[in-house]
Amino acid sequence: MSERIAEHPILGVQEKGALVKFTFDGKEIEGYEGEPIAAALKAAGVMVHRYTKKEHKPRGIFCAIGRCTDCVMVVDGVPNVRTCITPLKAGMKVETQYGVSAEPFDKQEK
Amino acid sequence: MNAVNDRSRDIGPFIPGPDDDMLICRCEEITKGEIRKAVHEGMWTLTEIRRYLRTGMGLCQGQTCAKLVKSIVARELGVSPAELEPATSRVPMRPIEMRVFANEAKEGEDHE
Amino acid sequence: MKRYDLIIVGAGPSGLSAAIEAAKRGLKVVVFDENEKPGGQLFKQIHKFFGSKEHRAKVRGFVIGKQLLDEADEAGVQVVLNATVIGLYQDKEVVVKMGEEITHYKADAIIIATGAAENMVTFPGWTLPGVIGAGAAQTMMNLHGILPGKKVLMLGSGNVGLVVSFQLMQCGCEVVALVDAAPRVGGYGVHAAKVARTGVPFYLSHTIVEAEGETEVTGVTIAEVDSNFAFIPGTEKHFDVDTICLAVGLSPMSQLLKMAGCEMEDNPKRGGQVPICDKYGRTSLAGVFVAGDVSGIEEASSAMIEGRMAGIAASEYLGYLGKEEMDTEMAALDQALEGLRQGMFAPKNRGKVIEKTEEGIEISTSLLKNGYVADDEIERFPGVTHKVGVHPVMECTQNIPCNPCQDACPKGCISIGENITSLPIVVEGSECINCGMCVASCSGQAIFLVDEDCGDGTATITIPYEFLPLPQEGTKGVALGRNGKKVCDATVVSVKSAKAYDKTNLLTMRVPKEFAMKARFFKA
Repeated sequence: MSERIAEHPILGVQEKGALVKFTFDGKEIEGYEGEPIAAALKAAGVMVHRYTKKEHKPRGIFCAIGRCTDCVMVVDGVPNVRTCITPLKAGMKVETQYGVSAEPFDKQEK
Repeated sequence: MNAVNDRSRDIGPFIPGPDDDMLICRCEEITKGEIRKAVHEGMWTLTEIRRYLRTGMGLCQGQTCAKLVKSIVARELGVSPAELEPATSRVPMRPIEMRVFANEAKEGEDHE
Repeated sequence: MKRYDLIIVGAGPSGLSAAIEAAKRGLKVVVFDENEKPGGQLFKQIHKFFGSKEHRAKVRGFVIGKQLLDEADEAGVQVVLNATVIGLYQDKEVVVKMGEEITHYKADAIIIATGAAENMVTFPGWTLPGVIGAGAAQTMMNLHGILPGKKVLMLGSGNVGLVVSFQLMQCGCEVVALVDAAPRVGGYGVHAAKVARTGVPFYLSHTIVEAEGETEVTGVTIAEVDSNFAFIPGTEKHFDVDTICLAVGLSPMSQLLKMAGCEMEDNPKRGGQVPICDKYGRTSLAGVFVAGDVSGIEEASSAMIEGRMAGIAASEYLGYLGKEEMDTEMAALDQALEGLRQGMFAPKNRGKVIEKTEEGIEISTSLLKNGYVADDEIERFPGVTHKVGVHPVMECTQNIPCNPCQDACPKGCISIGENITSLPIVVEGSECINCGMCVASCSGQAIFLVDEDCGDGTATITIPYEFLPLPQEGTKGVALGRNGKKVCDATVVSVKSAKAYDKTNLLTMRVPKEFAMKARFFKA
């Protein structure tokens, strides 16, 4: 799956914040503090950020600069957080967003 | 009067197309077929389409689909996309929570 | 309400340049930018820029970004980050979201430098995770150090598609194909050639039929299109990919101007909805100016000049600068901007099919169709000459405004002349000392140092090399032709990485002499 660029021929080795733990759907994973949540998820191989409200279709990173809002997730209980521009903090609770909820569709009230 | 404003013009009936189920507005999940049909239901301007279908009214505020919607509507009307007035630009330009939108600072801070 | 002389929206190349000019003249200026870091897209640009010295040619985009930030600091420009301008009202009232608050500001002049947004195309599966914009790929790899994918298909052969394809390979991704519905490569031939020679196949007159996958992209099918852009049955080609990258143009982000009541027009040559403005960025509203991509899609280099112009025009509007002084300053900037707007790819030539160079030489049809100049076409270009001993071979075949090569050679071997878009020529009687500065300074990576006959049946070719791992002296591998296909075996003779080369390593390989004019890339 996806991984980090160890050394870049032009940019060299990228400076990163401290390695911290956070959870994705209850599972503990690691990322660098200050990098976008989406970057940490991508490095961990997570592609699907949410399922859409009407058609329940998967979405992930699309524009990566906060414009398209396709990468939104439930972060620390708040839905519609643009993960591509929200910096990662230690202990964050990141959840897949179903419609506008962290509850999978079959558990949501109709 | 240009072709877009002339509502007496006959644009013909709605003819289903093979790609009508193509998603155009990613946020509100509106398809090409829905947009094409809306034109035949009398929605000739982008502002009307937006109010009728909610295209471009989702989280991204039309950043992704505005140009796509414009070209679909233009084709349906048989005009060039350049002839279509874009939908009204309004505050807020970016997604923002209502509690923040309503939270007006008393005095702008000095950034010096 | 807090007041400023000048509020600038957007801290990219044009906004910062405008702020610098205005602050230098004593205006109280603030720049608002919605991003966490200033510089706009400059920090994602890792290739060397084109142009001449005054345009900071051969300097990499992110380095120009750093220089611009330093200059802004020195001029005392205030940049407020994470500050999203959500509205622009009449009488130059700006509404800004910062943190959890909304604040209103007023200014006597406004410069809108909001840049552009990416265009998108639709195809079945275009909403699947793994389908991303080219800008997203750049952001992930060049800002955050994350691989956008392992196997990528690029849609779009404009400069963005070409440059990002090369960048993807630089960070270790495999680019399986470069696809464009247009019949001809849209971007600079030199950008295409440096991608093609590494082995990326180009599919012009092709587009995406479908992205495959259930929850994420697992493959893609493309097919050829006819002149009406309809698929030709039976031409489908499938690729296993995990990422599809879209680079299908940019549109000005001009909504704030429309909101403020500026007269707008839909101008396809400028990329869509743009404000009606004069060359210094004055819109229909007195005191509201524009600069950069928001007023018409161009390059960062021209955006920086437009920014300076708007900054000076705003200063004059507010009386911080006399009309005469302004005219003098503008004359120099006009000339610099005019320099960039020359050649085949100039805004005025957009959409035109150019068949001959300014010198009257037929443009390579293979370059436009396949991304590389064919072996039987290359000899007709003036930079390609033969000589005993090491000499530069300049495979520069289109008129673009760029001339670092002529300044790079300490021996004066290379000449472009007065006209910045002319193709480079080798100066007769000049002596090449094999220093490699021309190879490293060519932003298009189109210069090679060739010794066609070393006397022992071999030839040596020095190529620019910007990939990791760096091959070592003695490494055996294969030489690839301009088309990215193997031409012969090759051995690395030397790899030089001087500071003056600025990360462009010079790799010299030895090949049988009959391949001297064919081998153009090395693969270990």
